Amino acid sequence: MVRQGRSAPGHRHERDGLIDPLDEIIRIEGGQVLATLIRLTGDIDRAEDALHDAIVVAADAWRRDGVPDRPGAWLTTVARNKELDRIRREARRAPKEVEAFRLLTEGSGSDVIDERDDRLRLLFTCCHPALSPESQVALALRTICGFTTVDIARVFLVPEPTIGQRISRAKAKITKARIPYRVPDAHELPDRLRPVLATVYAVFTAGHHAPVGELGGRVDFADEAIRLARLLVELMPDEAECVGLLALMLATNARRRARTDAAGEMVLLADQDRSLWDGAAIAEAAALVDSVLRRGRPGAYQMQAAIACLHGAAPTYADTDWPQIAELYLLLEHRWPTPVVRVNRAVAVAEVAGPQSGLALLDDLVGSPTERWHLYWSARADFQRRLGEIDAAADSYRQALGCPCNDSDRRFLERRLASLGREHL
Amino acid sequence: MPRYAALIYGAEPSGESDPELWGKIMAEYMHFGEVGGAAGVIGGGEALHPTTMATTVHVTGGAKGGDVIATDGPFAETKEVLGGFYLLDCKDLDEALSWAAQIPGAWYGRVEVRPVIDMSEMG
Repeated sequence: MVRQGRSAPGHRHERDGLIDPLDEIIRIEGGQVLATLIRLTGDIDRAEDALHDAIVVAADAWRRDGVPDRPGAWLTTVARNKELDRIRREARRAPKEVEAFRLLTEGSGSDVIDERDDRLRLLFTCCHPALSPESQVALALRTICGFTTVDIARVFLVPEPTIGQRISRAKAKITKARIPYRVPDAHELPDRLRPVLATVYAVFTAGHHAPVGELGGRVDFADEAIRLARLLVELMPDEAECVGLLALMLATNARRRARTDAAGEMVLLADQDRSLWDGAAIAEAAALVDSVLRRGRPGAYQMQAAIACLHGAAPTYADTDWPQIAELYLLLEHRWPTPVVRVNRAVAVAEVAGPQSGLALLDDLVGSPTERWHLYWSARADFQRRLGEIDAAADSYRQALGCPCNDSDRRFLERRLASLGREHL
Repeated sequence: MPRYAALIYGAEPSGESDPELWGKIMAEYMHFGEVGGAAGVIGGGEALHPTTMATTVHVTGGAKGGDVIATDGPFAETKEVLGGFYLLDCKDLDEALSWAAQIPGAWYGRVEVRPVIDMSEMG
């Protein structure tokens, strides 16, 4: 059997750059089917091979006869039989295959599907702390979401072999170090849930920052992350931070269409056309935040979601509830004192108490590694501009341009720097 | 049962050590030995003399038969050195990590957990 070059479970037949709906069904259902197959076979590679074989059969059969009522169960049954055939053909069976044979022949049809737990098992395995955060993200996108390494590489702006290597190393470690395929016990959940949420948020951030249209609308990691978060909330309704993460992503994503102009250039929150915001998504996020904050277990995602909802509720930039946002950032900073939180708090404080106050909050970061972050300089520059310190502002924008940042941010900083000159004259 | 090596890294013990602290550490290791032994998890282990007692051997030329070069000291000069190890028999990594977290070296330093290669599975 050839392992190299086989297509991913979610391999697409591209027609006119559009997603084939059948392939999309297969990609989305594939994650669940794979989760079940990994439990039954005890091996990610074997499970992927079996799923791939089943997808080949499904693509023909479904195009001819239509998609069955329960495509996931259909795929599972076919994949299970394919794997059984394969084990039967093998002359020498290792104990693992003997066990797999037992599990595969036990029960039939829908009996073998343990949907909720299989999905959680796969998620917790992909996001096991023994794997690097980069590997966790890549593995989750590949196995749970069914994306190809090519798609993942494009969104993360890294070469495809790098993604392939991260995935294969992660799989090798799962096998060799025997990372278990299980849902953690309740007492382990707080520690184990953290990397899961971080992975989902990393998927979202990658999708959110990907230039619109970059991938021809084929791959939307932001939507995929929201789908995963909905799944987490459905599977673990008691975990407040799962709800917080979902709300945060919904409220942030709601502003996505307004974040860039027709030319694809970044538009600041203050200048966004708020009629382009997705009101339904903002309302859903706000309802989630309201309900989850009442549980009295605030966490970083819930607080950020609350902030995003306050922005979403504001009819104009000037009408934003800045005092409340500044207060929330202060709470956030008490528990998670990161430079990103500090810079965001400074922006909110500047709206409440003036740019001088904002600048004072940034002064604590002078000489810190944050000086390598372009948005720190960009915030400084904006405060200085508002204070009429044009030369200092221009210096800050130049500092920002000296930091690593993407092309869209670079063009934005250059435009700001240029407009500064005009204001000055 | 899969086997894991729990490699215990920490600061090299200095010349004049506090006997009270040593007594405490020894008691903690004794406790781990008792609990781990009773659970049948500990498949072996040793404590090592300090790296001042170490000699590193290298055969030159990248092939058998080269010159044997022995040098005083550990393979790598680092602040945190390998001080000892346990062999842990656990069903999976999660179990191994939970036992490793009970080794006193995990709070005095770090414990690296590595799966041991099962030679019977090597084709």
